[in-house]
Amino acid sequence: MTATTYSVTGDALGGQDSGVKAPDNQRFYLPGEHHPENGTLLGFWFYLLSDCLIFAVLFAVYAVVGRSYAAGPSGADLFNLQLVAANTAVLLLSSITYGFSMLEMQRRRVKPTLVWLGITGVLGVIFTGITIYEFAHLIHEGASPQRSAFLSAFFGLVGTHALHVAFGIIWLVVLMVQVGRGGLIAENRRRLMCLSMFWHFLDVIWIGVFTFVYLMGSLP
Amino acid sequence: MTPTTHHNHAIDVDPTGHSDHHDHDHDDEHGGASHSTFKGYMTGFVLAVILTVIPFWLVMGKVFPNSSTTAFIVMGIAAVQVVVHMIYFLHMNTRSEGGWSLLALGFTFVVLVIMMAGSIWVMYNLNANMMPTMQEMKNMP
Repeated sequence: MTATTYSVTGDALGGQDSGVKAPDNQRFYLPGEHHPENGTLLGFWFYLLSDCLIFAVLFAVYAVVGRSYAAGPSGADLFNLQLVAANTAVLLLSSITYGFSMLEMQRRRVKPTLVWLGITGVLGVIFTGITIYEFAHLIHEGASPQRSAFLSAFFGLVGTHALHVAFGIIWLVVLMVQVGRGGLIAENRRRLMCLSMFWHFLDVIWIGVFTFVYLMGSLP
Repeated sequence: MTPTTHHNHAIDVDPTGHSDHHDHDHDDEHGGASHSTFKGYMTGFVLAVILTVIPFWLVMGKVFPNSSTTAFIVMGIAAVQVVVHMIYFLHMNTRSEGGWSLLALGFTFVVLVIMMAGSIWVMYNLNANMMPTMQEMKNMP
């Protein structure tokens, strides 16, 4: 062990000799505040994971009461799998179109970025529209959320997801306006990356929804 | 520890701590988020399509007569698809954000498992003991 070790230990324990005097190669800590690059993206990732917990709770509720029909209609009676397949295709397609927009963003091409974002938005609107149509149809048939515990859990889970997509569309429109005005500046790129994570995250949740709710609910 | 390691440490760490904060221009390429590629997105998309079509086909085409077999396979495929989306669309890897993304994901997964298993267990029992059905009430004394 050399004298260097002593000086470093002294600093770490808050010894008399301040570390500022020590040469760089003997410093044990980082001078100044350590500010992570891309702190926003990591923070947004934390938000998504907490959002994930909201959906986990709704999935847990559905798992418990998903077969409590109260002598009402079951999933097998109600679900139109063709419609769900169309919905799934639309959402998956919107994921890849958002990906294309991110690729254009990396090339700093404003117009193609906006075009792909627009296509993504339209697909999102189609998805939300199909969900609203499905809900309206179910309620019209008398399968409203009040009918049974199964339907409450169903509307709660699928409705929360659709609401997320709807807010994602609003966010997307706002970002399109901002990119149109300010171009692909660093701030706008950061925002687009956050929305990208949000959008793909919703697609991941949808995998759980169509698997647990629609496909497994339709099994005899 | 030798002075040499300290020296290397200082050199490795200092640039991130002192990096010019006004220059965010290259952050998204060199920082936490990885560079997306067309190939990556297309690979993810093709895999996702395959992993979506199979479960729909299994259920809609009534391939297996046994419901639990179908349910088991469909759930397995969903788990694989979630991983595919995480890797190719959300760009999860061990390096992004210096490993913090993955650590947070792991923590969430642990919380998720505890919460889901606990909730389903407790709520299932609550639900089962909640209210006697008409059939049970007839048999009551």
